Amino acid sequence: MLVSAHSHSPVGSRSFLERGLLLLVVLMLLEGTVLPLGAASSPDTSAPNGAGGLDHRDDHRGIGHDNMTFQKKPFPVLGINYGHIRLPFEIALWVLLASLMKLGFHLIPRLSGIVPESCLLIVVGLLVGGFIKLAGEDVPPVLDSNLFFLILLPPIILDAGYFLPIRPFTENIGTILIFAVIGTLWNAFFIGGVLYAVCQIEGVHLSQVELLPCLLFGSIISAVDPVAVLAVFEEIHINELLHILVFGESLLNDAVTVVLYHLFEEYAGAGEVTLMDAFLGVISFLIVSIGGVAVGTIYGFLAAFTSRFTSHTRVIEPLFVFVYSYMAYLSAEMFHLSGIMALIACGAVMRPYVEANISHKSHTTIKYFLKMWSSVSETLIFIFLGVATVAGPHAWNWTFVSVTIILCLVSRVIGVVSLTFIINKFRIIKLTNKDQFIIAYGGLRGAIAFSLGYLLDNDHFPMRTMFLTAIITEIFFTVFVQGMTIKPLVDLLAVKKKQEAKRSINEEIHTQFLDHLLTGIEDICGHYGHHHWKDKLNRFNKKYIKKCLIAGERYKEPQLIAFYHKMEFKQAIELVESGGGVKVPAALPLQVSMQNIQPKKQPPAATERALPQFTKSREEEIRKILRSNLQKTRQRLRSYNRHTLVADPYEDGWGEYVLKKQRMIELEKKMTQMSNYLTVPAAPSDSPTMRRARLASDPNAFYNIKTPSDSVPTIHVELASPQSPDSVNLVDEVPKKGAMGQGLSQRNAADMKEDRERMMMPPSAGKGEKVEDDGGETKNPGLQRCLSDPGPSNEDEEDEPFLP
Amino acid sequence: MGTSYSARTEHEFQDLSERTRFSIDQISNLNKRFKQLSNNKETLSREDLASLPDLDNNPIRLQIINAFFDKRNLGHNEVGIVQEICFEEFLMVLSHFQPTRTGTTEDNNEKLRQEKLRFLFNMHDTDGNGIITLDEYRQAVEELLSKAGTIEPETVKAIADAAMLEVASTTRGKMEPDEFYEGITFEHFLQMLKTLDIETTMHVRFLNLDTVNMRCGK
Repeated sequence: MLVSAHSHSPVGSRSFLERGLLLLVVLMLLEGTVLPLGAASSPDTSAPNGAGGLDHRDDHRGIGHDNMTFQKKPFPVLGINYGHIRLPFEIALWVLLASLMKLGFHLIPRLSGIVPESCLLIVVGLLVGGFIKLAGEDVPPVLDSNLFFLILLPPIILDAGYFLPIRPFTENIGTILIFAVIGTLWNAFFIGGVLYAVCQIEGVHLSQVELLPCLLFGSIISAVDPVAVLAVFEEIHINELLHILVFGESLLNDAVTVVLYHLFEEYAGAGEVTLMDAFLGVISFLIVSIGGVAVGTIYGFLAAFTSRFTSHTRVIEPLFVFVYSYMAYLSAEMFHLSGIMALIACGAVMRPYVEANISHKSHTTIKYFLKMWSSVSETLIFIFLGVATVAGPHAWNWTFVSVTIILCLVSRVIGVVSLTFIINKFRIIKLTNKDQFIIAYGGLRGAIAFSLGYLLDNDHFPMRTMFLTAIITEIFFTVFVQGMTIKPLVDLLAVKKKQEAKRSINEEIHTQFLDHLLTGIEDICGHYGHHHWKDKLNRFNKKYIKKCLIAGERYKEPQLIAFYHKMEFKQAIELVESGGGVKVPAALPLQVSMQNIQPKKQPPAATERALPQFTKSREEEIRKILRSNLQKTRQRLRSYNRHTLVADPYEDGWGEYVLKKQRMIELEKKMTQMSNYLTVPAAPSDSPTMRRARLASDPNAFYNIKTPSDSVPTIHVELASPQSPDSVNLVDEVPKKGAMGQGLSQRNAADMKEDRERMMMPPSAGKGEKVEDDGGETKNPGLQRCLSDPGPSNEDEEDEPFLP
Repeated sequence: MGTSYSARTEHEFQDLSERTRFSIDQISNLNKRFKQLSNNKETLSREDLASLPDLDNNPIRLQIINAFFDKRNLGHNEVGIVQEICFEEFLMVLSHFQPTRTGTTEDNNEKLRQEKLRFLFNMHDTDGNGIITLDEYRQAVEELLSKAGTIEPETVKAIADAAMLEVASTTRGKMEPDEFYEGITFEHFLQMLKTLDIETTMHVRFLNLDTVNMRCGK
């Protein structure tokens, strides 16, 4: 919150000063890290690398070196043993550097508006590499392929797969597959072939480059890179269709790349590829892709099944998600299957079931961890790219490099245009020229290409350094030139941007209605089309799979109800956020209330009129307030954006709201029976610090705090007081069934809220009002799940019932 | 089948094609389907459609079937239900589900869009007075959720209420407490579903229709 306040403040010099300070800190850090990082250039050998700073490493151990003559030295009170912690320390330093850089960029909003973050990070990497070189050290080979493929890449892919928007993805799967498979094949062969032809030209002095290495190079460089695409596309907020097309392509072309790479690498030594090999290559492709997806799906189902039983050990729930996914990736890599596809399949498959099973807090944990890891990973990758560029070795060849760059562009354009021509014959929503341009222009290359090139064996491929140089240049070109210019081009061409409108309940109702309607029409026509199969799959899913994988009764909840509860939750959050009370402030335009739409009913009997009318109108006012927020237009993000992750302080408020709502419903039912007017002051909303302090100690304590905070008018829900015996009955009688669907919606609501909040700049909802955590409500299974996740400490207290 | 018969049907098909924008192939395929459904009679009745086993799992099957026999969808300007429809009327109902052609003008697009939305509107507006009242909407939501297991009537009511409130607020703006919002008119409906991109979502691919795929279902 403070950050945003600063960046928007009119006092620009202050932010500049801050930035300067930060830069100073960073520079100091860099200086400090240069020595140890440089010394890490030969990580395996423990031999000191000519750096003076390593002497102290053996200091501690040097004491006992000479066992013969034991000399009693004064006991060392303070010593340094750097070598002991060197590796983790350096890793931590890199991560810290990456995070500080990320922090720094957002302090200068103008800069990040012009230059995409990936470019800035590469520049930082270049700087760091330059510093290290200046200090005379050898630059460490940080973008080691193992490190990249096993540590840095999986979090990004898992993040992408877990949050993959399934509906647009499956709707466009045909197009995506064609671009991914045929497009990449075309690129690889075209680039490889033409490069070979160019190399054969006299006077280029490149005739030693054989055909197969050229083709290998072509296959490495032709693949669109998911990391780069994600990094750049996130900032341009393009419409969902284009985003999913390019992004989906970058994910699915991994299988093609893997097969081509292995094929050519294998046979480059032999010098020829026969038809048989090509045929085997095709078979291999099928195995790689389908096998990868299968492995991912198996692990996904395992994870979903495991999550069914985790109701008593909520703390480790997120771990299952991560570990199973990572194992899926590793297993696929073990068999030379496509690890990326396995990871995507795993994440996408397990998500609906796992989300139905795990607690609200676990869901939050998973979400934030994934985003955190993928964010850091991405940052590190780009920085390392910069460092690796400085590290070299380089073999610059003007012809090769420039021809590569030109060819990449040309082949991409030709590929996209011709494929679109074919695809448009089968699509309902045709791809326009603008779309094609964006798809072609958005084909960015990234670190995967570099790592694949790095993996090449120097013996088999003497021109490896030249390849690497060309790859790096191509990456730089795409990320810098294309990355920077794509945003103004998008604006210039007036490409359709992401829809900002909120999804209303009407839309949801009608989307579902349309689905069923179209299925019905297809059935009447006797035509088994998309809708028919989709419907069948859904029903199969509901009948068998969900029963297996989802704990408890939750699998029965229909989507519309989940959506509705999501919306209610959102409303409650908005209500709290805007500090709405019964006395509606002018900021909430109250437009329509229940009375306006309900047909006139018979007025109740005169004797009871006073009481029911009052409470009923109260209830309706509250409903009014709640629903009036539906009309507030909020930004909604349809595809997710990692950069503007906003802390969601309201996630725990669900319990409180649900409790109140249930009480209202219950009260309405009982109003004819109750003769006394029941009141209770609502527990006030507190400042975050107070809330945290309370939660740390005793959740029951906050119930006694009656004084409402001044800044926020509270919701005065006139309900039973906790002390009166009636209240206990009320709570007891809360119907279980009604609460059933709400558990699922909790985190869905948070998710949706999260999705929406992401577009906002760092928390502009800076009031940070938090509805306090509901202590317990054992009757509500949904809440039960929320609250049965005790967190790492003080388990017992949080599970106690809310009311004594 | 003598040549006169096939000549007559060809001529008919040509005529129908011009009126309903289906191609000749599509019309002949649909004709075969029509004959299947109607047991080779000239007209299709409700029972014929209702007996399709595929439709059993569909929560809104009744409304879909009603839509076929609703006069408003058949091009008549009156309100009411017919008992049987002929092939031409069958085609007219199905023509609402054609995808939009590329190259059509903006106006035509808009017209098509309105037609499709009008079809949807008629499905909800069961009493035909041109307004979807709260009860009708509730009915629609209830139908939608009918196959989804046991549903709290409270929830259904709440959902329908919320939806109604939303439409009212976005279209009518501020309302006095004693004003009454009768229901969703067609204009409001249009506004409500602006973002849904009806032209592209509400279509069935008639391209791949062939006799092999057709199941009679009787």
